[in-house]
Amino acid sequence: MSNPAPASALNGAAFTGYANIREIGPLGMITLRAAPDVAGLAAAITAATGCAIPQMRDIETAGDRRAAWMSPDEYLLIMPHADVPAALDAIAKALSGQHHLALDVSDARAVFAIDGMAQSVLAKLSPTDFAALGPKEMRRTRLAQVPAAFWVEGAPATVICFRSVAQYVFDLLSHAAKEGTQI
Amino acid sequence: MLTLTCPYCGIRACETELSPGYEAHLKRFGPTSTDEEFEVYMFARKNPKGVHFERWRHTYGCGKWFLAARCTATLEVFGTYPAQVSQPPADIIAAIIKKRPDWKGYA
Repeated sequence: MSNPAPASALNGAAFTGYANIREIGPLGMITLRAAPDVAGLAAAITAATGCAIPQMRDIETAGDRRAAWMSPDEYLLIMPHADVPAALDAIAKALSGQHHLALDVSDARAVFAIDGMAQSVLAKLSPTDFAALGPKEMRRTRLAQVPAAFWVEGAPATVICFRSVAQYVFDLLSHAAKEGTQI
Repeated sequence: MLTLTCPYCGIRACETELSPGYEAHLKRFGPTSTDEEFEVYMFARKNPKGVHFERWRHTYGCGKWFLAARCTATLEVFGTYPAQVSQPPADIIAAIIKKRPDWKGYA
């Protein structure tokens, strides 16, 4: 039996309001867990994404690939969906013999782009202090009742959530972005 | 509303991004302990009006458990610190004594 082509959670659903919400993807994502002092960690992240190892809370960008800091021992690597197997190989090579975990989690996530006043939309839904947000920061927080992460650097802003709550998050974002509800 | 700074990721997280883990620095008594020790470990909890030490988890952020010292009466936070310690670190104790000179100390 052949595997079906990867599909995004909501088939590219879109909403037009004072900010435009668009489901993007499917994006390739790899969770990389390793203690920060593991030898070859920075090299593995660079080999998989071309990015420097991200500092605390940061997300690094190199073309269409990104590397984000998730927690003191976890990184999220984002890339085109088709490039995941090659990236996993590169990580396995760079970290061979070291205690680590690298896993393809592309299908566990949904991704949204917010074009326009993203901060106004996200501020309605999460307890984030936007004044304290660093220039390259990926903020892990909640959107209403579910965990999510976003970065607003560059346009459009990007929101990541679990695939199982994709519809809920799309509805939240759309409702918050309704024309006439700007804050 | 409590605002605690996560010592692992540095975010000033509001209460709604965190999960409570109740009293900190409990000493576990296992199968070889006496009934009295196990009962105290299992059921007896401090319930002070004033300085208290608690576990919190940064659920909607980095996911790590950390510890916090706060006042139960005023919700004043004295500090937060990583969970890999069996008693409050010296700088937290100093911060508490500075604000609560009559505090009896951690026991």
